[in-house]
Parts: sequence; C-alpha cells; structure tokens
Amino acid sequence: MSDPSAIDPAIELKGISKAFGPVQANKDISIRVMPGTIHGIIGENGAGKSTLMSILYGFYKADSGEVWVNGQKKDITDSQAAISAGIGMVFQHFKLVQNFSVLENVILGAEDGAMLKPSLNKARGSLKHLAEEYELQVDPDALIENLSVGHQQRVEILKALYREADILILDEPTGVLTPAEADHLFRILEGLKREGKTIILITHKLREIMEITDTVSVMRRGEMTATVKTAETSPEELAELMVGRKVLLRVDKKPAQPKAPILEIENLRHTDSHGVERLKGISLQVRAGEVLGIAGVSGNGQSELLHVLGGMTTATGTVRVNGQEIDLTGKHSDGQSRRARGIAHVPEDRHHEGLILDYTAWENTVFGYHQAPEIQSGLFMDNAAIKTEAQAKMDRYDVRPPDPNLAAKNFSGGNQQKIVLAREIERDPDILLIGQPTRGVDIGAIEFIHKEIIRLRDAGKAILLVSVELDEILSLSDRIAVMFDGQIMGERLPDETNQTELGLLMAGVTDTGGKSAIAAVDAQLHAKEAREAAQHD
Amino acid sequence: MDFGTLIQLLESTIRMSTPLLLACLAGLFSERAGIFDIGLEGKMLIAAFFSAAVAFSTGNVWLGLLAGIAASVVLSAIHGLASITFRGNQLISGVALNFLASGLTVLIAQSWYSQGGKTPTLTGDARLGEVTLPFADALRDVPFIGPIYADVISGHASLVYVAFLAVPLTWWVLFRTRFGLRLRAVGESPEAVDTAGISVVRLRFTAVIICGVLCGIAGAYMATGLQPFFGKEMTAGRGYIALAALIFAKWRPWYALMACLLFGFLQALAIRFQNFDIGPFTVPVQVMDALPYILTVIILAGFIGKAIPPRAGGEPYVKER
Repeated sequence: MSDPSAIDPAIELKGISKAFGPVQANKDISIRVMPGTIHGIIGENGAGKSTLMSILYGFYKADSGEVWVNGQKKDITDSQAAISAGIGMVFQHFKLVQNFSVLENVILGAEDGAMLKPSLNKARGSLKHLAEEYELQVDPDALIENLSVGHQQRVEILKALYREADILILDEPTGVLTPAEADHLFRILEGLKREGKTIILITHKLREIMEITDTVSVMRRGEMTATVKTAETSPEELAELMVGRKVLLRVDKKPAQPKAPILEIENLRHTDSHGVERLKGISLQVRAGEVLGIAGVSGNGQSELLHVLGGMTTATGTVRVNGQEIDLTGKHSDGQSRRARGIAHVPEDRHHEGLILDYTAWENTVFGYHQAPEIQSGLFMDNAAIKTEAQAKMDRYDVRPPDPNLAAKNFSGGNQQKIVLAREIERDPDILLIGQPTRGVDIGAIEFIHKEIIRLRDAGKAILLVSVELDEILSLSDRIAVMFDGQIMGERLPDETNQTELGLLMAGVTDTGGKSAIAAVDAQLHAKEAREAAQHD
Repeated sequence: MDFGTLIQLLESTIRMSTPLLLACLAGLFSERAGIFDIGLEGKMLIAAFFSAAVAFSTGNVWLGLLAGIAASVVLSAIHGLASITFRGNQLISGVALNFLASGLTVLIAQSWYSQGGKTPTLTGDARLGEVTLPFADALRDVPFIGPIYADVISGHASLVYVAFLAVPLTWWVLFRTRFGLRLRAVGESPEAVDTAGISVVRLRFTAVIICGVLCGIAGAYMATGLQPFFGKEMTAGRGYIALAALIFAKWRPWYALMACLLFGFLQALAIRFQNFDIGPFTVPVQVMDALPYILTVIILAGFIGKAIPPRAGGEPYVKER
C-alpha cells in the first residue's frame, strides 16, 4: 500500500468484465467506494448496473477483474462468500419466501445449528434491537405475503443486517414504494450511514441520487463513464453522462387547448372475482386535446379502471364515447369492440397484456388489429404487408434494433414500450388509455414517449394517463385526478398543487389542515395495511 | 356390522394405508422441495420387485428391503438428474420412469422366474414377520380396548410401524430443523435460498433421494409384507392415489396420515365387502373396488377447498439474468 495513512475503500473493483454470450454487460469497470458513504450508481436500463452488483454479491462470476473489500483482495465465488465478507444485497425483486414468517426469512441460511428454536429466539432479540436502532419496525411473526411492499423491503434490509453486513447494496429500492415509504427508506439509509455502514444505491432516478448520495458513478452500455461528488454535479449533467447526449428532463409543452368531452364516465363500479369492490362509483371526463392524469398508489383501482375501459373486464355504470354509450358487459364489451369505437389501450403490464414476448416484433404490431381488412389476403393474413408496415413503424419510433423478426422479449423495456405505442397510436384512435408508460423504460426513451403523448394531445386526442410516478403525472397532465380505494379523492390542476398535497390525497386524506402531513400519511398507510392484512385472513 | 368385523376392517385399513402413507410422505419431501414426482408409482414397483427377488434368492427379507430401497433411489437419482441438473420437465421424467419400471420389472421377472411376471412366493425369513407389541396378549381380554390394541394396533409387520412413526418424524424434520426450513424454502422460493448462500441443487437432490428411500420402503412392504411375492403391476395405481392424498393433505404430514387412512379404509372396505347390500340393491364388487379411485377424482376436482402447492413446484431453477 503506497500511503498507509489513507483509509482503505470499503469496496474496490478493479477491471471487472462480464459477458453474457455476445453481450458485454460490464467492460473493464473500476470503482472505489469509501466506507461510511452512500454511493450512487446510476445508468439506463441495461447499462450493466445490476450485473456489476450481482458480481459483487457472488451471484455471477466475473470473466476478469478483482474485488477488494476493506483493503483485502477477496475471491467472491458465491453469495456465501459475499455474506462472510460483510456484503448484503437488497434485490429489486425481493428474495423472500412468501409463506414464511419474517423471522424464518431472516434466519434462512444464517441458522446457528441444526435446530430452529435457538436461532429463532436469537433472531427475535436481534430484530428488536435493530428495529429500535434503525427505524426498521416490522412484526417478526407476520407472514411475508401479508406485508406491504415497504415492509417486505425492511425485511430484506434486516436480513442483511442480521448477517452483520457492513456494506449494503440496494438495487432500485424505490421502484415499488409510495413517496412516504421512500422517505422512510431514506431515513433508514441515513441512520445506517451514521452508524458507519457503507451503502451502494443503484437507481435510474436522478432525484434520489441528488437527494441522498455522497458520490455517484454513472454507467453507460457496460462502461463506467464517470464518478463525481454529488454536491459538484447537477441532474442535467448526470442525465447527459447516462445517455451520452443532452436530455430534456422537463416535458416541453404548450398549454392544452381542450375541446368537447370525448370520454365520459359516470358512476363506474367494478367488483373483482374475490367479491371485493375495486371501483366504487368513478365519474370522470376526458376532453379532446387534454391529458387527464390519474395519480395514486398502485392497487387503488387504477388498473381496474384501465381494464374496464380497455374491455378486459366488466363493470356497471355509464361510459360514453363521443356521446354514445358503450357496452360494459356482454358480447360488445371486449377489446376488439373498444378498438372499433376508437379506444386504444397501452396496458400497464407490458409483458403480460401488451405483448406476447415469444412472438416477433412484427406479429406484436398487429395484435388487436389483426382483423383489419387492409392486412387480409383471402383466408390468410398478408404477412408480407404487415412486415413492411412493422419495419416502417419501427423506423418511425426509433425502435432498436430495428429488426421486425426479433422476438419481443429480446428488446429492452423502452423499445418494447415503443412497439406497443406504435401499434396503438398508428391506428389513429380518438382516446388513448396509457398505463405506467415509462415503467422500466430508460431515460432516453422516456423523453421520446413523453413527447409522443404530448404530440397526440396536441393532435386533439383524449388521453387518460395512469402512473404511479408523481413526477410524470405532474409534468404531463393538464388535469390530475387522485384515486384512493376505488374512489376519486379529488381533481387538481398541476400548476396549483404539489407532491405533498397529492401524496395526502393518494393516502386518502382529504382534510389537509390540522395534523402534520407525514403523520397523517403514515396513519393512513397503516390503516390500509391493516385492512389488507384482514382481507388476507 | 358386528364388533369383530369392525376390528378386522380397521386392522386391514392399517395394512392398506401403509404403502400409501410411505409414498405420500415420499412425495411430500420431494414436492415441498419443488420437485413434482409423478413417478412414485414406478419407484414403488421397482422396489417391490427387487426386494422380492433379493429376499427370495438370499432368504433374508432385510437384504430384500435394502435392494428395494437401492432400486428406488436409482430411479430417484435419474429423476433428479433429469429435472434438477438438466432442468427437464418433471412430469415427463416421472411418466417415463413409471413406464420404465412397469416394463423392466415384468421383463426381468419373466426372464428369471418364468412365472408370467411374478416372483416365487416368499417363505420364512424371506417374509416380513409380525411384530407383537408388549402386553398384547395380556390385554386382549380387556373389553373394547383390548381387541383394538391386540388386533388393530399390534401384530403388523415392522415396516407398518416405520410408516406411522415417519409421520411425526417428517413433521419434526420439516418444521423444527434447519434442514426442514431450507427444504420448505427451496420449494417456495429457490432464489431466496440461492441468495442466502445455500446450494439449491444439493438441497433438491437430498429431498429427491429421501423420496426414493421412502418409496423403496413402501414397495418392499408391498412385496414382502402385504403380499408374499411380487406380481405384475402390483402397485395398482397406489403411487397416484398417494399423490391425490398429498394434495388432499395440502402437503402436510399429519393431514397426510388422515388422508392415507381414509384411502386405506376404502380399500379395506372393498376387500371385505365384495358385494355390498343396501336394502334391495346390491352394490357390485367393481363399484367397491373403484371407490378409492372415485374419491381420488372427487378430491382432484377441487372438492377440498383451496390446496396451494409449493410455489416453485415443477419449475426448474434457473438464475435470472
């Protein structure tokens, strides 16, 4: 060591490379993370962030390169080696056993002997201690499947701390959290940092990086492009480093020029197959030339609203399109009938409802419109014509790679979304239903998709946007309706509201005076969890 | 029905339940670890044949038992290789092994003994003896309890007691030991096990081998205890009934005991009452014989409420990219 007085980095990676077949996920990556800091790693989807961290956690083996932990070279061949080196990881998709209790999940793999009882008792004491120290309260005997996502994430953090991790890696931790839960998580991370733990935060959200990290490394296409001090950079600079060109972070739009209502919804009700009423009398209007944004914590009826309007399920109430009522039950309430009435639907769940992943891109560009007369040729479909058109669409929407014969699953999230958008928009609908348009989509494609939504609005379409990303709702919508527990809590104009007010409405609080905002949100969230837990039993 | 008949019926229920119970617990270990095993039938069959054959040629039933277990474990290992190592389809591997066992046993039996796919009848030490529990004779004359103890509970082959003791043992292993926790976890969420630094492959192989051992005991009991010989297709679908019982039991050991006793009781009923008179009607023997299978269909059609199988069951584990 050249300078013995210097502190060793908690983590140092030297020249890490990893390829999956022909895809070079990580190219010669070196990074130093100092102890007691929060280090952000930011990059677009597919930039190689998660691969790099999985290598550090022993989930994959690097093709070349070295891992140093606290000044010692470590050979991390499996997760067990990473755990004993003091590294803990909270994956984006939690690795929890759903029908196990919190305690059982915490001790799994870290038991103290062949019998469970002593391990469970020890973990119970240890969890109590950790909960007090780091605001990580969670009922040790609750089953994971009855916990909210936020609490499940706490269990993942507890798992790592129980194994005495000093270095905690979190992969896209806020993707599934409500704003209040995300704030709580950040408080936990600050607490861990105060205790001297090192935290690596992987995210694609610039706001989080600016808010909580000390240093930030940017990855692009498998390479580390820069490491900077957070205080010395700006979101614009980071975005440019991520994408490789200047990116417009704000949506550039003129004021809307709304005309007559095209979509009118009155007293819409829907009860799901478990007998739970998911929509409790929704009334909304969407006018031509405007974007109506539906904000809300996921699971409060937004998905059901899209399903009903998109013809995927039945409901009672009245829905009028261009003044004419549409069927909500029966033969003419399916997706095909909806499309015939000018309603296009970009579903929330791209992988299950928007695409057939094993089918090619060109096949995916005609689903739902496959009976259109212009693509028929006698008894058969005119595949050559469809392919030519698919190629043209892919060029127009800048889908990469522009190969219509590639299976849908081989495209990145952003490019898959462009395929769905191309299919739905190109048939010139009057109404566009669009759910979570940029979920799992990288920042360059987000810019494109947002521009496209505004272009459609300016072309006089009525757009119903559902998103759990408040930033997205605020920047795209001309009006915002907030949903909670199957009801519309209120409508606001984006210029006259803010994240806090929307957050309160999302938690079901209509009276914003009196109680402190955060306490009210927390109370509502707990009430909701308790209700959900009760429903499970 | 008089008391004596009832005692006989219950005694027969215990005997008929034994192979079902062992196979059901075998399936429980495998399926709780996430490996569906439709090949319980084949494993029992091959174990039945090899235990009878080895017991016949050595004259020692315990060597027969070991041979049966070994044969069954070999099939288990093949199933593990196909479905864990090579990530093949678990149902197809199981079906293939069933056919293999069915054909192989008859072929070898015919070639060795030329008795139409049977083995010669076992006698003396080549058969499982009966175990008389302590005080059975002394208590026989106590009213009610005496006959139940002496005739229903006492006087079975040792493997019967092994089967019934395997129930609390299985429960204890699954819910009180580290191995059990990991076994249940790997059937629900192998990725949680993997990220905790535990080998999914090793854990699942262990479960599959335990399944083989238990099926081996079940098969050996059939050909050396329940019957004194191996006969062509002698398991007669018990492997499948055990699977139905496993679903009925919702993959829990004590429920499995209840389910297997119920199926065993129906089989005993069919043997005892070949033509059953209800008033002016006579229920023909075929209907009685079909009872366990009819119950199986009813159970599988979902008349038992919601049975949630282990979440990762049937899915080979592949590390996600």
